[in-house]
Amino acid sequence: MSIVTSVPPPTVPGAAVQIPPARPSSIPGPFQFLGRSLRTLWANGKARIGLVILGLDILVALLAPLIAPHSPSATTFPPYLSPNGTNWFGTTGNGQDVFSQMIYGARISLLVGIIAGAVATFVAVTIGLIAGYRPGIIDEVLSFVTNLALVIPGLPLMFILAAYLKSRSVWTIVLVVAFTSWATGARVIRSQASTLRTREFVTSAQFSGERLFRVVFREILPNMTSLVAGSFFAAATAAVMAEASLEFLGLGDPNTVSWGTILYYAQQQNALLTGQWVMIFAPGLAIALLALSFTLVNFGVDALSNPRLREKS
Amino acid sequence: MMGTGEVMTLLDVQGVNVVYEPNRGTRIWSVREVDLVLKQGEFVGLVGESGCGKSTLGFALTRMLRAPARLENGVIQFGGVDVASLSGEVLRRQRRNGFAIVLQSGMNALNPVRNVEDHFADILKAHARSGERHPRAAVRRRGAELLGKVRLDPDVLAKFPFELSGGMRQRVSIALVLALEPRMIVFDEPTTALDVIVQKAVMKTIQELQQESGFTAILISHDLGVVLESTNRVMVMYAGRIVEDQPSKGLVRGLHHPYTEALLHCYADPRAEEIHLAGIPGSPADLSLPLSGCAFAPRCPLVQDICWKVVPPLAPLGGGLAACHVRAPSDKVTGAKEVAAKVAQT
Amino acid sequence: MRQVPNGELAPGKASSVPPVVVDGVSKIYRVRGRGSGTFTAVDNVSFTIPPGSAIGLVGASGSGKSTLAKMITGSERPTSGSIRFGELAVESLHASGLRKYHRRAQMVFQDPYAALNPLHTVAYTVTRPLQNFLNMSAAQARDRVHELLETVGLTPPGQYAAKLPHQLSGGQRQRVVIARALACDPELLVADEPVSMLDVSLRAGVLRLLADLRANRGLSLLYITHDLLGARVITDEILVLHKGKVVEQGKTKFVLQNPKHEYTIQLLDAVATPFAAAGA
Repeated sequence: MSIVTSVPPPTVPGAAVQIPPARPSSIPGPFQFLGRSLRTLWANGKARIGLVILGLDILVALLAPLIAPHSPSATTFPPYLSPNGTNWFGTTGNGQDVFSQMIYGARISLLVGIIAGAVATFVAVTIGLIAGYRPGIIDEVLSFVTNLALVIPGLPLMFILAAYLKSRSVWTIVLVVAFTSWATGARVIRSQASTLRTREFVTSAQFSGERLFRVVFREILPNMTSLVAGSFFAAATAAVMAEASLEFLGLGDPNTVSWGTILYYAQQQNALLTGQWVMIFAPGLAIALLALSFTLVNFGVDALSNPRLREKS
Repeated sequence: MMGTGEVMTLLDVQGVNVVYEPNRGTRIWSVREVDLVLKQGEFVGLVGESGCGKSTLGFALTRMLRAPARLENGVIQFGGVDVASLSGEVLRRQRRNGFAIVLQSGMNALNPVRNVEDHFADILKAHARSGERHPRAAVRRRGAELLGKVRLDPDVLAKFPFELSGGMRQRVSIALVLALEPRMIVFDEPTTALDVIVQKAVMKTIQELQQESGFTAILISHDLGVVLESTNRVMVMYAGRIVEDQPSKGLVRGLHHPYTEALLHCYADPRAEEIHLAGIPGSPADLSLPLSGCAFAPRCPLVQDICWKVVPPLAPLGGGLAACHVRAPSDKVTGAKEVAAKVAQT
Repeated sequence: MRQVPNGELAPGKASSVPPVVVDGVSKIYRVRGRGSGTFTAVDNVSFTIPPGSAIGLVGASGSGKSTLAKMITGSERPTSGSIRFGELAVESLHASGLRKYHRRAQMVFQDPYAALNPLHTVAYTVTRPLQNFLNMSAAQARDRVHELLETVGLTPPGQYAAKLPHQLSGGQRQRVVIARALACDPELLVADEPVSMLDVSLRAGVLRLLADLRANRGLSLLYITHDLLGARVITDEILVLHKGKVVEQGKTKFVLQNPKHEYTIQLLDAVATPFAAAGA
């Protein structure tokens, strides 16, 4: 018997994709990752629209002091005015300029949306990864807690927490929202982690001598980028809506200016009766658009976990 | 060459090209200029390795290609009708008493929440001609009859896919296809996903079925042994083209296309006294590039200058055809015959 | 074509690798749901892998061969019986002991598409065992990685080191898997169907590689497959498994030419070779 491979392989045109040796990049790793991710997201049509809307919101929030014509809380104008030359969106019952309030309001909504979303996702990833990777008693306990958190109605729980907590600040809202929206993400992440755990490349990593920490964070988690990003955008969407709801019901800080508080005051001051449509529609539309932008960007996250789509950028 | 004038030509394919065009990434020409003619009742094997285009060709012939794959051009005359130009309902009607395909994984082809009888009812209803009725009793009778053809008991009708073994699921897939009384069936790697012993049994059933029912069959496989055992004619594909077309019995002896010969040397009988097992050095050609000349040239032991420049057409070799300037020089290619003669002398 | 004696080591080359002794190993799974309570994947199997030899475990799916492989490499624990690698009792290893064991006993997986993390380069995958087991620094590892890639036939190594799995063909991926397994210089290599997912034209190359590694490094090889041709080409001895039991065992060539058990005969019959088909 013999095994023959005869002559050395001749070169086949195009058979081996030539890769130029990688030059050490001057951009630090995490920023490269961010740049690449943004490019991947931008490639998807729906995500692109979402990124544009989100970008505009962020810009407005950052440049608020420069763009807003007046101070949002100054009660210098005649109250209950319809849109006019000075006050493009009219004024509130306290004589504040609605347009300036809308501009400054972007800050709070974005802040709460992104931070609450991030905190919720962080909790979800931690719990989901641990539960998914370690079957047995740990998984049982964590799954039980997750299911419990899922079953309790989120909004009522939020109201109770917000009403119960003594301090009324934006951070309270962030924590309350994060606390009630981590469960969905945790469940999905646990499910995916548990699938990936049995994949051969994970077993292969174990054979390479990798310890638990590295297996979870360098083998499994990178393959779940899409899922984590998806969870984040979903949580951020929910956070924006939840924050607006809490503010609208008066459970937020009435002294901060946000789109939710504008709606709160609109309700308190019977904006429907005084004919101030803009005061109702503008914040409502803005909240909806922000939430929509997160959802749209979510359409593009599937590509993040696929290395095939990276090289063409 | 093959068959007499009495046997009808069922499939006449001219110039089929299939291109994959993903949104991001390169275009790949996976089937290039394929011509073939099948007569009614033939059992043909289509053999090749990964990426040679055999499954793509099978899907193209049965009009099953989905984006990003596209039938670029070509004529597919099936029973006199050019199905390449059909679409919509007219195309769908061709699947009754026309052509059909059996896919690789029986599990994926069956609906996991419906039992086998429901599958039969569904397919009979979907392709019923006007005026045809299929009450439950009739479905059951026809189902039992078809299951019998694939050597399964009628009590399989009541079962769900998860209750069946891999081999049984594949047989059910075949029985479902038979319900359409097809004149041609394409089997795309029907036994690859099965256990090696079950493979043999299912292939035997397919062979017997083809002989009994007389439908034309195309067996797509990467396994030359399986193909030679069951078929009466075999076509070898490489880099999107058919490079050899021979009666199955003649493939083991004599001279053939260098790729076919190399492929044969990759197989051996484990019981033999001495085993010479070979591989084929190099890698398959990059199909995203337009290739000039013969795609196998970089790996061919008989390569000549002309091979790099001119694509060899299929020309007579032994009992069939081969696309090789050296082994089967064609009259249409200037200089080919001289080159072949020179090589034959050395 | 060169003649090489059927799988035997060149005479005079002794191996310092300890033998693997599998003694009365069984694996019984408890099955929930309808039906019986237990499923016996492996039933009282005993055999030895002598130092530096190549043993084949042959059988169809469900025969228990993969489960046996997992128990020998420590990924699963037997329900009963013992597995000894020299003095080491493999069946009772825990986390850190298992890590040390992996330094000496490595596995080559079946599916080259699944065995590599799609996000890691070839260099990363092959470097990790060097860093974990041999405590090499990144610079030292780089040279060794190039050496390993050359050993498995991926030349020039510099070109392959930066690639991601989806840029490689199936045969190339499998070679990367083998390179990773070889990185820490193991004494035992368990290959679970290493060529069954490769094209036939690529199989001889990978089989040759495994045979050469065995001959040159004196490591023991456990080759698991349903493909009798592969077993014939690189193993000295085979065990035929059916439903968890060993039904036939002996020198490879002898068993294949003189099968006694009905299942072995069935397996041989199921092999479709072009030559057998044409009656050549």
